[in-house]
Amino acid sequence: MKKANLKGWLYLTPALIFLGVFLVYPLVDVLIYSFEEGYNFASQTFWGVGFYNYSYVLHDPYFLQAVKNTFLIVLITVPLSTGIALFLSVLLASIRPLRELFQTVYFLPYVTNTLAVGLVFMILFKKTPYSDGLVNLCIMAFGGEAVDFIDGPYWAKMFVMCFYTIWVVMPFKILILTSALASVKEDYYKAARVDGTSRFRIFYRITLPMISPMIFYLVITGFIGAFKAYSDEVAIFGTDLNAAGMNTIVGYIYDMLYGNSGGYPSYASAAALILFAIVFTITVINLLISRKKVFY
Amino acid sequence: MRFVLTKNNDGATFLMKVVLQDLTKKYAGRSGRGKEEVTAVNRFSFEIPDGKLIGLLGPSGCGKSTTLNLISGLEKPTSGRIFFGDRDVTELAPEHRGVGLVFQNYALYPHLTVRQNILFPLQNLKGKEKLSKEEMERRAYEAARLVQIENLMDRKPGEMSGGQQQRVAIARALVKTPNVLLLDEPLSNLDARLRLQTREEIKRIQQETGVTTIFVTHDQEEAMSISDLIVVMKAGVVQQIGVPQEVYDCPVNLFVAKFLGTPPINVFDGVVKEGALYIGDDRVLSAENVPDGEVYVGIRPEGFVPAADGELSCSLKTVEVTGRDRTVVSTHPNCSNVQIRSIVDAQTRIDTAEEIVRFHLRPSKVHLFHRQTEERIAFRVGEENRK
Repeated sequence: MKKANLKGWLYLTPALIFLGVFLVYPLVDVLIYSFEEGYNFASQTFWGVGFYNYSYVLHDPYFLQAVKNTFLIVLITVPLSTGIALFLSVLLASIRPLRELFQTVYFLPYVTNTLAVGLVFMILFKKTPYSDGLVNLCIMAFGGEAVDFIDGPYWAKMFVMCFYTIWVVMPFKILILTSALASVKEDYYKAARVDGTSRFRIFYRITLPMISPMIFYLVITGFIGAFKAYSDEVAIFGTDLNAAGMNTIVGYIYDMLYGNSGGYPSYASAAALILFAIVFTITVINLLISRKKVFY
Repeated sequence: MRFVLTKNNDGATFLMKVVLQDLTKKYAGRSGRGKEEVTAVNRFSFEIPDGKLIGLLGPSGCGKSTTLNLISGLEKPTSGRIFFGDRDVTELAPEHRGVGLVFQNYALYPHLTVRQNILFPLQNLKGKEKLSKEEMERRAYEAARLVQIENLMDRKPGEMSGGQQQRVAIARALVKTPNVLLLDEPLSNLDARLRLQTREEIKRIQQETGVTTIFVTHDQEEAMSISDLIVVMKAGVVQQIGVPQEVYDCPVNLFVAKFLGTPPINVFDGVVKEGALYIGDDRVLSAENVPDGEVYVGIRPEGFVPAADGELSCSLKTVEVTGRDRTVVSTHPNCSNVQIRSIVDAQTRIDTAEEIVRFHLRPSKVHLFHRQTEERIAFRVGEENRK
């Protein structure tokens, strides 16, 4: 090996050690755990190697419920939140007075604690024997029937969950999109106006393609973020998510490790790798679609 | 083939004169308290003859771009009216005026190909004006051929040079056969060589289409070289309108005189006494019909003729040789220019060892300006200086 090469490796060593210890080793470890059958946490022993952990996880109704919940949340919240954020950003970009005030207001959820927000949502939506909650009062005012959104039917809980998720992720998306919109040069719009381009066409043919890299970024990170959702669920439904039927994949992994039914790192690892496979697949699909749709 | 500007097959070529009447644009003062109104354009009146190339010239911030925006309809005037032909277009939205606009930075849509960029304005047409696909393609191709980029139709703007991009921008502006073509600093983003080439190109395209063209620039050389008429502006007020040579030869005031010409005009403090013009102690010219008093004396670089018995003596610094001619660089205590640059014949011998250089002055290259108003004072050259 040449001397210069050696020097290069020397410089890389700290980073390599850091990455090795905190990234590569845990990854490999998870992979190994997921194939060790009957691993005992206390004695650190196992009696076999194979696919049993995967089989167990994939047949666990709690896991299947978690997968279903996660997919519902992802598929509902990512498109909706990105769409609404785009709509609000365009509105924000088109007003002059009070723009800064609105930007601040929209950004507040981002700096607010998840659990605090969850508590507020719970108070808004919960129905107890003593009170119906603000949302139910509104529903009843319009002649509807009160629903318990926190302990009630599945669709009601899912509605609250999605509502909450969208509300929480919105500020970041609005922040990104407003700055993306601001970076589109005024001259493009002037040129389009002189040519008599309709507002819709300007948006669809000029604005949207120009900010498409940012939208794409938001969709990808949105998907990944939503697949990893867990704390939001806890904030609203409490720690026993399985009982509430609102568990997510990450929640399931946590439960397998530390929950009441915990102590099974092998099951947790298998579930984690399944989640990884799902996220990986979705991201690849996203990238393939974006090749055709995103400019630059 | 000639690119003929016709509309709705009525066969008439579209030539449009543009009339500006008392055009004024005021902006509310920026940011809160000091609500000082800014007048960007002040009572601009001008009739632009059809089919001509007009150069709107002035330093940055003189209101020339605002004038262009008013003509295009992107901005509404505070007062005054705009006519295209006989039609009052003051209240019309930009798209109904039939103008083509070209920007300094081209403003080509980066995600669209050249073809899509040129087609873009045509695709906006609605209702009766809507064109068939083939007709759109045909017109786009024709416009592309006019600016000679027809072999680059499938490129994206990012893959082209600045000059090529500017051509695409012109094609896009022309494809809807506008009544008026407006160019906002079209050459400023190009390098020197391309600038020269592209300005010839603009002249050619303008002559080929015959479209009334107004272009904005701060580069006087650019404006002088290709315009049929130039309009010199300063602080929102039109200073002078005329054929380039005429404006150069007879500037109405000191500002116009200083703004046109490279190297710039040399300005001296002078005094008129009893029909003669003095710079310092030198009696340089006879100047009749001028009231006695202090004046500014502007002398063009080509107005100096070195001569041993010349009336004006200056301290010689250097002589720059360009091959075609020579530039004598000198100084004079009464000159407000740091250096006096005078352009003389390449044959003229000047002894650079000397400390003093003496000049005769060509009377037609000497302009007198009023000390306060800075307006030009016409004067009659006495018998002694007529040769």
